[in-house]
Amino acid sequence: MGDNKKTKTIKTIKIDVDKCNGCRACEVICSAFHAAPRYSSNNPARSRIRILRDPFRDIYVPVYAGEYTVAECAGRDKYTIDGKEYDECSFCRASCPSRDEFKEPDSGLPLKCDMCEGEEEPLCVKWCLVDALTIEEREEEVEDRKEQEDLEIGLESLATKFGMDKIMDAVARLSKKD
Amino acid sequence: MRYAETGFNLEVDLSRGNIEKVATDPRDTELYLGGLGTNAKILWDRVPPEVEPFSPENLLIFGAGLLCGTPATGCNRTIVSTISPQTRLMAFSMMGGFWAPELKYAGYDKVILRGKSPKLVYLWINNDTVEIRDAAHLKGKGAIETAELIKKELKQPKAQVAAIGMAGENKVYFASIEQGRSSASRGGIGAVMGDKNIKAVVVRGTKDINLARPEEFLGLCNEVLTYIKHRETNPIPGVMPILAGLGSPQEMKVHDEKWHTENFMWGNSRTRRKDFWNEDVEKEWTQTLEDSRTRLISCFNCPMKCGATISLPGLPTYMMKCFTKLTYTMGAFSNLEFGLRIAQKATEYGLDGFSAPQVMAFALELLENGILKKDDFQGMPEDNEGRFYWLLDRIVRREGIGNILANGTYWAAQEIGNGAEAYAHNNIKKIEQLPLKLSMLNPIYFLMYCTGEKINITQIEGQFPQAAFPTREEREEFVKDWIQVPDEKFKQYFLDWELRGENSIPFYPTVDMCCDIVDWQEQMHYIDDALGQCAGLSSFPLKPPYHIHNYPKFISSGAGIDMDEEKLTKAAKRYRTLVRAVNIRLGMRRKDEVPPEDHWKKRFPELEEKLLDAYYRMKGWNNDGIPTKESLQDLGLDYVAKEFVKRGILTESGDASAQPETEGRA
Repeated sequence: MGDNKKTKTIKTIKIDVDKCNGCRACEVICSAFHAAPRYSSNNPARSRIRILRDPFRDIYVPVYAGEYTVAECAGRDKYTIDGKEYDECSFCRASCPSRDEFKEPDSGLPLKCDMCEGEEEPLCVKWCLVDALTIEEREEEVEDRKEQEDLEIGLESLATKFGMDKIMDAVARLSKKD
Repeated sequence: MRYAETGFNLEVDLSRGNIEKVATDPRDTELYLGGLGTNAKILWDRVPPEVEPFSPENLLIFGAGLLCGTPATGCNRTIVSTISPQTRLMAFSMMGGFWAPELKYAGYDKVILRGKSPKLVYLWINNDTVEIRDAAHLKGKGAIETAELIKKELKQPKAQVAAIGMAGENKVYFASIEQGRSSASRGGIGAVMGDKNIKAVVVRGTKDINLARPEEFLGLCNEVLTYIKHRETNPIPGVMPILAGLGSPQEMKVHDEKWHTENFMWGNSRTRRKDFWNEDVEKEWTQTLEDSRTRLISCFNCPMKCGATISLPGLPTYMMKCFTKLTYTMGAFSNLEFGLRIAQKATEYGLDGFSAPQVMAFALELLENGILKKDDFQGMPEDNEGRFYWLLDRIVRREGIGNILANGTYWAAQEIGNGAEAYAHNNIKKIEQLPLKLSMLNPIYFLMYCTGEKINITQIEGQFPQAAFPTREEREEFVKDWIQVPDEKFKQYFLDWELRGENSIPFYPTVDMCCDIVDWQEQMHYIDDALGQCAGLSSFPLKPPYHIHNYPKFISSGAGIDMDEEKLTKAAKRYRTLVRAVNIRLGMRRKDEVPPEDHWKKRFPELEEKLLDAYYRMKGWNNDGIPTKESLQDLGLDYVAKEFVKRGILTESGDASAQPETEGRA
């Protein structure tokens, strides 16, 4: 079992919404960094970080682009934190049909934060002089077999829902495509 | 491809409802940069001096600075230009916030409004889709309220809105254009917007702004950020706290108001209260600010937190910045809570926070001195604060005495007569100034007050310390890392400047030195206003991150225009002269270039004449303040020279100033 263990560097961007001044410098530098050629253009609508802001309700939430999802959530909850009401979406990283966030403005293709690969630190963190965004790195042990386990759990539940035959058919069809 | 700018203006004829996207000439960018520079060119070309401020022919130009929308930190200003109803000269009030970058992302450098809409409308710019929409339901609504309602009805929470309140709709001469946390306040540009029957200009953009040499440009941006951090941890010693750091004066952050409350004047810029600040006041005001301030906030792409969200019990939340914190308080001899409360109303009405309190204090002074009568104020409550609220409401509605006061202290005094003129005492070129009254003439400030065409001291001062430092050691320390000076001579000027003795004011800095200092300070503001850079990171504070040595690089690598210090200096001089040309054509002359008569107790008429003579000469203006043919030609402004001769402002042979055709107009 011990053989399956390895360490992985986990980067965590710590977001302090109380320190955010709403200036959107993070959006600016993010969109510039991801332009091709690098920095050649700038357009916050292409940014992989967004500040969801509503100044009159004192809401400032920097949120990073995560996974793409084909479907929006069925119900969307509301959170009240320190007396301020937030949509659940305010904290969601998904590029999702329910909103415009995290999609290329021309093509609609989803965007995803890559932590500015190759840079010392994500540039949004570097450009956030008010320290609403800071970075923390830590080593974590991960087990290889976990992924396999996850896959099997997932398949089992799909099989329960759709029946094994349908799953087999689908796998066969998908593998033909390659 | 165009870099940094979009290369397009949006031309809107409100009379006919016509909207056009018009490509601009890249040569104009080289000559006048953008923002204020190109705004001035358009006003010169298209608004002859016969045009009344409130007429369809007057233009209202919303210009984004050349570098707005690029990653240059703090570059977010909208420069709004028109002919002012208050000064009847060119107004170029500016606002920070988020509007200008959004306009660039929508694909435009400017929105140029002409004509007059038959009914109240707003303009909705969504990238290439631009429409004029009905605003009947927004009539009388507050400026902030309007912005929120429009964003909701368009389902566009990210749209940026510049709107007027009731003051603008009713053409109050000191009405502002509000944009959430920022406003373009001076010169009554909100009134021109109201005259054109346009309640708001709303914009949303999702396009790219390109850079000519991206890596180089980003390198410069990173240097600026590093320098900002350096200045945050190294405030300038020997100057008062609000001058030690960067940004606009950090009024939303600080609690200690001893300096403002004891050095600035209260009421109608009359009374100095030297022992005002004490422990009780400090305790009370600290509590007020702590209780009402929810967050310190910034403009687009800027780490300086010059603004704040203010929430007072029972009032809608609003955003405030800078010195409006104290103007109403001091105008009314009241406390901070009153000031913050009435400012909420005034922000929704859309009023200039410098002029409005002085106009009200002026009215009450006229009443106390029997020039206005009780009958003029029928229905006004007895209590002090109540009187200010009452006056505010009359002014924005133009009801009764409010209809006269709505024209500002200068025009109101003219209309009231009976000696009222003496009470409109704190104006330059008909516009209310900061409430400051001092003793000894300061020659640098004399020149700035007289000749600053933004007609606001904070918009021309900044780079040179306001006063000498007491010891040589302190002065030597100050000049050590003074990298911003355009020339080493400025360090010497400062090193030799003493608080007392031969090398002290008013005769030191010498006349020539004063000219150099004022020219440098003004130049930095004009560069900021063309690039769209906030003065708070550039021309306003001492030792800012942007200066004459790195600006040419920003312009070259950003806009792809070949630029060096000499070319930039000349470009700034060109459009600065063009601003003057617009005003000269409107009738402005040397006689108009005077500070408020009571600004200083000790005046030196002979020295003052010498200062103006020398400064005009240095600027290439004749003795009446008119740019000479020679200097105009040197700047490539031959077309101005030609027009001046045609109009008899200059003569064919030279600079002897003839009778201006439009004299008496301003």
